[in-house]
Amino acid sequence: MIKLHGIHKSYRSGEQSVHVLKGVDLHIRDGELVSIMGSSGSGKSTLLNILGVLDGYDQGSYELAGQQVNNLGETEAARLRNKQLGFVFQSFNLLPFKNAAENVALPLYYQGVGRRERNHRAEEFLDIVGLSDRKTFMPNQLSGGQKQRVAIARALVGRPKVILADEPTGALDSQTTLEIMTLLKEIHERGNTMIIVTHEQDIADQTQRQIFLKDGVVATT
Amino acid sequence: MLDGLQEILFTLRQNKLRTVLTAFGVFWGIFMLVLLLGAGRGMQNGVWDDFGSEVLDFIIVWSGDTSVAYRGMGPGRKIQLDLADIQAITQQVSGVRMISAERHAGNGTISFERKNSNAQIAGIPDDYFRIKEDVPFNFGRRPNPLDVEEIRKVVVVGSAVADRLFAKGVDPVGKDVRVKDVVMKVVGVFYDKGNRGQNSERVLMPLSTFQKIYGGGAITNNIWLRPAKGVDGFELEKKVLELLKRRHDVSPQDMRGVNSFNMAMPAKNVNGLFVGIDIFIWFVGLGTLTAGIVGISNIMIITVKERTREIGIRKALGATPFKIVSTLLLESTLVTGFAGYLGLVFGVALLELVAFGLRSAGAKLPYFLNPSVDFQLAITALLLLVAVGVLAGLMPALHAAKITPTEAMRAE
Repeated sequence: MIKLHGIHKSYRSGEQSVHVLKGVDLHIRDGELVSIMGSSGSGKSTLLNILGVLDGYDQGSYELAGQQVNNLGETEAARLRNKQLGFVFQSFNLLPFKNAAENVALPLYYQGVGRRERNHRAEEFLDIVGLSDRKTFMPNQLSGGQKQRVAIARALVGRPKVILADEPTGALDSQTTLEIMTLLKEIHERGNTMIIVTHEQDIADQTQRQIFLKDGVVATT
Repeated sequence: MLDGLQEILFTLRQNKLRTVLTAFGVFWGIFMLVLLLGAGRGMQNGVWDDFGSEVLDFIIVWSGDTSVAYRGMGPGRKIQLDLADIQAITQQVSGVRMISAERHAGNGTISFERKNSNAQIAGIPDDYFRIKEDVPFNFGRRPNPLDVEEIRKVVVVGSAVADRLFAKGVDPVGKDVRVKDVVMKVVGVFYDKGNRGQNSERVLMPLSTFQKIYGGGAITNNIWLRPAKGVDGFELEKKVLELLKRRHDVSPQDMRGVNSFNMAMPAKNVNGLFVGIDIFIWFVGLGTLTAGIVGISNIMIITVKERTREIGIRKALGATPFKIVSTLLLESTLVTGFAGYLGLVFGVALLELVAFGLRSAGAKLPYFLNPSVDFQLAITALLLLVAVGVLAGLMPALHAAKITPTEAMRAE
């Protein structure tokens, strides 16, 4: 599903250039549930951005679902994100002025799905994450766990090939963390490829494979 | 498309304060511009109204006592114009479109049955009302050549006189009135706004009839003329004065022996004044518009800045840069267009209300009449404002569409 080969990435900040990724090789199979671990500064966020086509890379090759991802234009990248990828963020990133169902329906809007079909599918996926009774709630009326469930529904609604979760439980208490992890595993069992970026060992322990990132390279696979 | 519009309306509804602030800037700019333009137009209408029903290019010549000694004759000599002067002007001065004599017999009493009125009595050839072509006739007809030729005992009376002798709005045509004890038939009623309505306190009869009643032969008190098309009225006035002064042995420097008034002079001055007023209005109006435009630009920049995070999220979910930019621009177009339209409607409504109030109250403000606005101009201003609003939104929108989603989402 995902093939990374010799990925290099450096950021320029003023005069200085910071070499963050120094040749990452990575292969994630279809339907796998993997975690990417690493201390802060190890480059795991950068890697996630490249995997999510949110950012480009300097060197190497990246193949996502059989398609080469190389120097895509903004429009191409947006289409790819929209079709192939679902994002779950640490800070949920819901639009505060849209209710739960409208937030979930947003990726479908950018896919050009009609309003009626959008609403129908948004409700269906809210049902899957167990929030069918919170459809019209605004984000500020929801608890952290509920917000993350909405975000997960939103990541799923476009039927993407890969779900990318960036510290999905980083802002949640331990009880809610447990619930969200259970939900994520359920979703994985439905046949989704899922990549979870985390720095917590007990989260990583619940995945099939752990990838350690250290100083810009993959340490152990 | 419709879906996109719904999405925009939804966003606008969720950000009421921002929307209202943007909208108000545009609304105010257009509203003030419309008011200014309307007030300016009202002033122009009012000033032109003061010119009454005069054509704006007539020249009137009259004579008096000489004030300068000339060719051995001392000052104080009385000069009298006559019909031979008119003939000389027609023959020797080119560029005269119309020319007419006018005889005065001072004030006299006009009576109908038991009612009396005071009025200026004058005698005129039929050409007179061709020169004063803008003077409207409420009833009846203008004097015609046959009236003069057949020395008919007919009069046209000013509306002020007619209102006093007959009831207001009654058609007096065909009625016999006594003009200084001579019975004459009314053939027309005119309304001349000039001289603050005093020009309507006159009774005019054919020149031939006047000469028969009051004598005086071929003399005339005034000579009226209008220049032909394309002829400079001031040049014509000069030539006519030269000729008349030569004919009557009046010094070229004498300003009293033969005198004249050219309507083109005040018309020219007023036109100059209006150019000044127009420049002022446009200066203030464009200033107001600029303030509105700066306001929109500011709010658009803030809007985009404030929404950076939202834009980042949308991009992560698959919004293309085109979609982001077009949505933002359509949003600003909608807001500015709608608010500008409202400003236009409210401005025009207020102007109409003022005009209606003035009309129905019968109030007459000096130099203010019928405020109105050139609609095409207002629409142009509106389109300009909307276009600039869109342009103002374009820069930050393009910028927002360029930053990567991760960067955008990091913004707080």
